Amino acid sequence: MKLTLRVWRQKNADTPGAMATYQLDGVSQDMSFLEMLDILNEELIVKGEEPVAFDHDCREGICGACSLVINGDAHGPERTTTCQLHMRSFQDGDTIDIEPWRASAFPVIKDLVVDRSAFDRVIQAGGFITAPTGAAPEAHATPVPKADADFAFEHAECIGCGACVAACPNGAAMLFTSAKVNHLNVLPQGSPERETRVLDMVSQMDAEGFGGCTLTGECATACPKGIPLFSITAMNKEWLRATRKVKR
Amino acid sequence: MALTFWQSTLGKKIVMGVTGLIMIGYLCAHLLGNMKIFFGPGEFNGYGHWLRVMGAPVLHHQWGLWIARIVLVAAVVLHAVSAYQLSRRDIKARPQGYVHAKPRMSYATRTMRWGGVILALFIVWHILDLTTGTTHSGGFQEGHPYQNVVDTFSTWYGNVIYIVAMLAMGMHVQHGFWSAAQTLGAGSRSRDRALKATANGLAILLTAGFISIPVGVMTGVVS
Ligand code: HEM
Ligand code: SF4
Ligand code: FES
Repeated sequence: MKLTLRVWRQKNADTPGAMATYQLDGVSQDMSFLEMLDILNEELIVKGEEPVAFDHDCREGICGACSLVINGDAHGPERTTTCQLHMRSFQDGDTIDIEPWRASAFPVIKDLVVDRSAFDRVIQAGGFITAPTGAAPEAHATPVPKADADFAFEHAECIGCGACVAACPNGAAMLFTSAKVNHLNVLPQGSPERETRVLDMVSQMDAEGFGGCTLTGECATACPKGIPLFSITAMNKEWLRATRKVKR
Repeated sequence: MALTFWQSTLGKKIVMGVTGLIMIGYLCAHLLGNMKIFFGPGEFNGYGHWLRVMGAPVLHHQWGLWIARIVLVAAVVLHAVSAYQLSRRDIKARPQGYVHAKPRMSYATRTMRWGGVILALFIVWHILDLTTGTTHSGGFQEGHPYQNVVDTFSTWYGNVIYIVAMLAMGMHVQHGFWSAAQTLGAGSRSRDRALKATANGLAILLTAGFISIPVGVMTGVVS
């Protein structure tokens, strides 16, 4: 396939960026999207140009590092991560626009790489349980009802990629935060911090400069792990409950 | 606690949801009352009079009406202030859009902000027109609401303003009612169809009901 790529190039956080156009030939339908970018970078290096910086790690859809907005869609046209997107989703002769996640809480570091440490600080605010360390406890010591286990698992699937923020017209991190809150709040292991978790994570989310929820549903449409929009509803419920219980 | 609540984006959104539901409740009551216009000046003016003695003899003359007015003004102000502050924040959180932009939200979702502004302007005009009579066309008569309504809808601009505002209201209620349910934690996968159907039903009933009044005047059913 022959493609025209329009890629966001930005030297560093302090320099304004712009879209740059590249022609790329000899792309196979079986390549992943990131392999296609690897080919582009090899060509750029041979020409003595700066390669395009983009985030990636596992390339198997589990780490959450890859993060490209492709033709206006976070992670591109399929409901999967950028690394699991293949060139067969495109046509020969296509023009493909590649941009970084856009949100003021995710500043661009270089080209397509953004700083997502805001998510780490939201996790640090309450996305953990206070468990004794040491040998793994006996799995049956704490019974968890099947429905709760399923609910927790559905939310535990979040890989923290940030596509929800990138897709949201308000740059809101509600889907990510709700996935993390719901995952732990429904389990007995997470119940000692049930109230403080949701209050602290939400206030950290606000402090990071993410926007608010207007229930447009863009986040859930973009999420490669299918975290549902009702996850946000469930977090709202937890937050309301916690404000009634905790006196600060 | 109250301050923490108000400072949080979730808290402000909850304020918006609760005040929005209060206003939807009021619109339902207001529509039912207004329907009396189809039963002639006697019934309609009598209803207008009852609003003033509502709650009597427990409440003094007009106290019931003033309590309702205060609650509604508080709801409108809190709703608009949260909407303004949250919108400012949302715009700041996404200062740069995508070069490859696509419109995708539904029309009702995309127009919540401008629709809200239209509603705010409409509420001011509506009060000046039919409550205080300040901008009323033709002689405004205190205590004769039936004639005042007929006068308003006998002008082309009265009809246009009112019908445009009611269409905006319908869309605002359609997205707003469902949103408020999510904001207050009442939504879920299993309840979603029922919630969406209620939102659509409410929006259609309120819009059609209110628009039937100018249509009634225009077609001479109300005169
Ligand atoms: C003063 C004029 C008004 C303004 C400026 C305004 C503005 C807004 C805005 C910006 C939103 C948020 C939209 C979003 O989340 O995408 C909203 C939500 C809402 N509005 Fe209004 N609105 C106004 C009047 C009304 C009226 C008259 C009603 C009642 C019929 C109403 C009912 C609602 C409801 C129920 C919500 C949903 C709240 C939630 O998501 O929890 N609004 N409004
Ligand atoms: S909720 Fe989905 S889109 Fe958001 S960070 Fe988690 S996996 Fe990514
Ligand atoms: S690179 Fe790990 S999820 Fe895509």
